[in-house]
Amino acid sequence: MTSLKTMKKSTRTSFLTYAMVVVAFVIVQSLRVFKDGGVGAVLEGQLIPICAYITVALALNLVVGVSGELSLGHAGFMSIGAFMGCAMASALQDSVTLAPLRLAISMIFGAVLAGLFGFLIGIPVLRLNGDYLAIVTLAFGEIIKSIITNVYLGVDKDGLQFSFLTDRNQLAEGGIALIKGPMGVNNSARISTFVAGFILVMITLIVVFNLVNSRAGRAIMAARDNRIAAESVGISVTKYKMMAFVTSAALAGAAGTLYGCSQVTFTATKFDFNTSILILVFVVLGGLGNMWGTVIAAAALTILPEALREFADYRMLVYAIVLILVMLATNNPTIQSGLSRLIQRLKAGKGGEEQ
Amino acid sequence: MSRLPKEPVKLVPVPSTNKIPERDIGQSPILECRHLGIDFGGLAAVKDFNMAIGRTEIAGLIGPNGAGKTTVFNLLTKVYQPTRGSILIDGQETSRMNTVQVNRAGIARTFQNIRLFDKLSVEDNVKIGLHNQIRYPMWDGILRLPSYWKKEKLAHESAMELLSIFGMEDLAGHQAGSLPYGAQRRLEIVRALATNPSLLLLDEPAAGMNPSETADLMENIVKIRDTFHIAILLIEHDMNLVMGICEGICVLNFGQIIAKGTPDEIKNNPVVIEAYLGKGNKGNKGNKKGGK
Repeated sequence: MTSLKTMKKSTRTSFLTYAMVVVAFVIVQSLRVFKDGGVGAVLEGQLIPICAYITVALALNLVVGVSGELSLGHAGFMSIGAFMGCAMASALQDSVTLAPLRLAISMIFGAVLAGLFGFLIGIPVLRLNGDYLAIVTLAFGEIIKSIITNVYLGVDKDGLQFSFLTDRNQLAEGGIALIKGPMGVNNSARISTFVAGFILVMITLIVVFNLVNSRAGRAIMAARDNRIAAESVGISVTKYKMMAFVTSAALAGAAGTLYGCSQVTFTATKFDFNTSILILVFVVLGGLGNMWGTVIAAAALTILPEALREFADYRMLVYAIVLILVMLATNNPTIQSGLSRLIQRLKAGKGGEEQ
Repeated sequence: MSRLPKEPVKLVPVPSTNKIPERDIGQSPILECRHLGIDFGGLAAVKDFNMAIGRTEIAGLIGPNGAGKTTVFNLLTKVYQPTRGSILIDGQETSRMNTVQVNRAGIARTFQNIRLFDKLSVEDNVKIGLHNQIRYPMWDGILRLPSYWKKEKLAHESAMELLSIFGMEDLAGHQAGSLPYGAQRRLEIVRALATNPSLLLLDEPAAGMNPSETADLMENIVKIRDTFHIAILLIEHDMNLVMGICEGICVLNFGQIIAKGTPDEIKNNPVVIEAYLGKGNKGNKGNKKGGK
């Protein structure tokens, strides 16, 4: 542990976060493989969504915590990734038979498209200060939801067919309807796996940590802390805010593909304003700019509603109370100083034993 | 450490009516303002501001509170776009430039109300200053390619070297916002220097410092000029500092230049004394003159 102590603080934090995710993965995966009944039916069904939500929460933390802009539309980026990625996966079903490779291609496709949309909204919005980004991203999420609800996309041997509002696609025999308007997407095969989810979370962590601890990351944080000072040392604030926003949107898109390809069927209403807020709650609860906190918060709050099923009608009430209590506990100075005193006492006790 | 020239410098005119120190006359002035002005809602905050600064000159901009000194800095760095007139950096017109481009053209500044990146470490603050000096693409950072390690090492070394100007290497790991006031002011100067400027603008560098800190700062400003061979323009209320190290001084009152010249010329200028002490206060005037 001495080497851990001598490390730079940022290096140590990222190292511990990687370790935490790997250990959690190894434990869950070995339970699934070696134990009868695995991790239980409830958790089993939530594993891939947990990975997807961790990824999108980390992505949002890059915008809210590191770049200091409030985005309320990350479910929209997830939605783009989910629909376009799953459409890609269905379209490639015959040409790419290897499922992991098909998933990887679909994720990259979903990420690129979501990143592109991030770039397009970023152009007008990132030039503004303050709450405007929040309002425009909120509107963006709703627009994406409305558009996708009305899109009909199919593919047959003659190529892609697209229609809007009503289904006018004339698919030849053997053609596949990729997106069916309000009916959403029906996946012919659920190709997302827990391992793929774990890899995506690790890639996201590596991207976020390495970005934050580099020249570009410092510029992003400089723009957050003091726009005028950042410009005065020659940093183009808009460019670096855009960099954070597009990276975040692309990662959210990949998370959307992962999520979409794990479901038999899903519709655009899954990715509504509530989902955006839920992701923001993960970030705020985990701590702005705090990546390991975000991972824990996203995992815990995704499992919680499922674990609370026995409370039936009072489920969301209990969920809300838990949220309030955790927020109070993590933000109340009295409780925090009490906790840190306790930790110090424990440390002192330990030190005494060692001597 | 080399000292200021013992004899008072002589100011000589550049092709316009502006003057710069005689030793810099072979080269174009690093900064020249011609008829610079800005209006805020009909009020002329700065009008007809003319000034030139030589390549190695330490210049001062003084004046009573609200005279428009910081506004001039904000015009020079394009925080405000001037309403009238032109600013030439090294003979180059800047009317189409923004703050970022002005910095790349060679002007770096500090702020009257300190603007550090409070939550970041001292070292990171300086590295942010090095942003355009040590460059590598975003992907090299994310993928940790060899150029990342090479450039980061270089950035660390340069940051430490710059911090050593003020003997602040030991503070490198501290959070910038937690530093004492004087150290924050010094860090701002280091961060500005990291952008490799040819003109450094210091907005009240000695504000809040005690006399011994101010004396150190005076030495350091001269040292910075001598080591980096750059020009420095400073706003300051501490007359010991201004008269001690500035070679050319501009006095601003109500947005207009009321006097320009060497420290000796400024000290004896009745218009300046009137601006600072008020009209008809003959006793005070006499005291000030006698005090020298």
